[in-house]
Amino acid sequence: MKTFLIGTAIAALASSGALAEGHADSANIGIVLGFTGPIESLTPDMASSAELAIAEANASGLFLDGTTLAAIRADSTCIDAGAATAAAERLVTSDNVIGIVGADCSGVTTAIASNVAVPNGVVLISPSATSPALSSIEDNDLFFRTAPSDARQGQILADIVTERGIDSVAITYTNNDYGLGLADAFQAAFEAAGGTVEIVAAHEDGKGDYSAEVGALAAVGADALAVLGYVDQGGRGIIQSSVDTGAFDTFILGDGMIGESLTDAFGPDIEGTFGTAPGSDSEGFAVFETMAREDNITGDGPYRGESYDAASLIILAAQAAGSLDRGDIQANILNVANAPGEPIGPGELAKALEILAKGGEIDFVGATGVELIGPGEAAGSYRELEVIDGAFQTLGVR
Amino acid sequence: MIDILNGIVLFANFVIIPGLAYGAQLALGALGVTLIYAVLRFSNFAHGDLMAFGTAATVLFTWWLQSMGVSLGVLPTALLALPVGIVAAVAISLLMDRAVYSFYREKRSAPVIFVIVSVGVMFVLNGLTRLLIGPDDQRFADGARFVIRARDFEAWSGLDEGLALRSTQVLTLVVAVIVVIALFLFLNRSRMGKAMRAYSDNEDLALLSGIDPKKVVFWTWVIAASLATIAGTLYGLDKSFKPFTYFQLLLPMFAAAIVGGIGNPVGAIAGGFIIAFSEVTVTYAYKRVLDYLIPWWEPEGLIQLLSTDYKFAVSFVILVVVLLIRPTGLFRGKVI
Repeated sequence: MKTFLIGTAIAALASSGALAEGHADSANIGIVLGFTGPIESLTPDMASSAELAIAEANASGLFLDGTTLAAIRADSTCIDAGAATAAAERLVTSDNVIGIVGADCSGVTTAIASNVAVPNGVVLISPSATSPALSSIEDNDLFFRTAPSDARQGQILADIVTERGIDSVAITYTNNDYGLGLADAFQAAFEAAGGTVEIVAAHEDGKGDYSAEVGALAAVGADALAVLGYVDQGGRGIIQSSVDTGAFDTFILGDGMIGESLTDAFGPDIEGTFGTAPGSDSEGFAVFETMAREDNITGDGPYRGESYDAASLIILAAQAAGSLDRGDIQANILNVANAPGEPIGPGELAKALEILAKGGEIDFVGATGVELIGPGEAAGSYRELEVIDGAFQTLGVR
Repeated sequence: MIDILNGIVLFANFVIIPGLAYGAQLALGALGVTLIYAVLRFSNFAHGDLMAFGTAATVLFTWWLQSMGVSLGVLPTALLALPVGIVAAVAISLLMDRAVYSFYREKRSAPVIFVIVSVGVMFVLNGLTRLLIGPDDQRFADGARFVIRARDFEAWSGLDEGLALRSTQVLTLVVAVIVVIALFLFLNRSRMGKAMRAYSDNEDLALLSGIDPKKVVFWTWVIAASLATIAGTLYGLDKSFKPFTYFQLLLPMFAAAIVGGIGNPVGAIAGGFIIAFSEVTVTYAYKRVLDYLIPWWEPEGLIQLLSTDYKFAVSFVILVVVLLIRPTGLFRGKVI
């Protein structure tokens, strides 16, 4: 504990002089994730994955002539915009971070982007905020994300539903930014493809009984029910109640609903149910998975690869800029993320740092096939999954 | 003809059966509320969390039984664990009575003070339950899940609509009927039941005629805590166990007790079913039922009176209307 205190004190002292000297011996990267709150089970692995990239850069000793990077964690709480803003503000003002990985949930990410990132001119790269609304916020090009927008997932999900010949659906979504965004995107895409959406109804998480909700959804006589919620929350209650009353046989699932606990609970009752989840079968992810295991990141939760990629982008952009200046980092994010240049997979940060130091160009691919499009967000690939013999099987990647 | 049958089956599947089971669970809870009100003369806001506490104890013991390989076959193991849960709930009630309520009873405090005190007890029980089992959703149901499955019913009857009957729904109704009969026999036939009713009618007169108030208070807590645990366990088996949901049940339970006439056991049972069916019928979308029953009428929209988001508002509105129009409730209870 004592060495930890001294260590952080030294880091703080060193970093406070970072901007003044231009090139310093150390620099900080902020990690703002919801270490408490609704997704607290996912965030420790996400943060460790981001720190994996930082450790990799430090180990190479090639980052800006041997500058050491330190990760500083802060709590976004996932739901409390005020607390998240204060936490990010602290990172920027007292820890003097060169960039921020975060935040996780769409609501707090919007708050941090407009209240902290824009006024201070610091880059914010979210690994997991997927709300379509984030594509159009006023961000002065400071906000990026390595997770794809749900607008894209809605489109892909609608394509799959149409291809399967289902022409009328009922939609229920969890009542928050994520659920609403995905439901809107799915509805728009599905109707554009000629399908009919009979009813769209929100459900609240954490209730004991969803029979009334299912009764209303079943009353319209749709072919299938799209459940855009959380697998351990209301989404599961909706499916439970639908299966019990025989209201629906086929379910269309968003990424929050893909989980083993669903097939464990219902198995054969939801045979033929299908959905989408972010991810790819790329080599990069397998390499990252091995690295993560070696670093004792044992979980298999989502958005770990995205977190690694987000931290890597900040490091590589600083190297490309040849400075720790926040504005220079922002200007270089898209250059390192996209072609042209040498493709860089996970575990190849040392190689990338070397190329950049010599003035070369790189195309960071990372764990999740990073390709930033439009206003700086991942194009994103999704797996198409179906419940076959009581377990999720990947049918393909889109 | 087939269409009419289809319509009836659809309505039964989504309204009648869930309404009956939910109504029975509410009625058992409301009976406890009404008993406390009649005998101890205060509205016990801690009743929902007493339910949660008793159920949590039942769940923990059920898990232990399951880990020991004990099973009741088609019936849920929780039935075996129920007595343990009841003992835990009774013990905590008596402890709270000894530690908190008896102090105010000796001072003959006003009922409104008791109500505020019960809110305090509610928060304590709230915390105890979360310490014991945590705030999350817990599943403890086992045994056969269905008496009739929807798809089997469709195949058997040849109708387009399925009818599902869960074993927990049947169990709820059977247990509720047994418990209610036992309670009424106790209140009307046994010496202690009569003493409780006398104490409830006129406390001073009852004391003069030699009724021991300590015994009356003791038995009231035993019965109320038992009813709470039984209702909570049935609700948990039928839906799922989560401490916060039980806290939310407080409103419909009080609405049920007051609609029926608080202090009146028959009223509590009627009130439970009235509240349950109001919640379900007002938020149900009737489009398909009407499609079957009135085929020539093609309604616009879903024919849903209120969105399901407002389910709890229904019991609240009924509560307010009854208090304004007929404060004694349907079965002439006491005036709050």
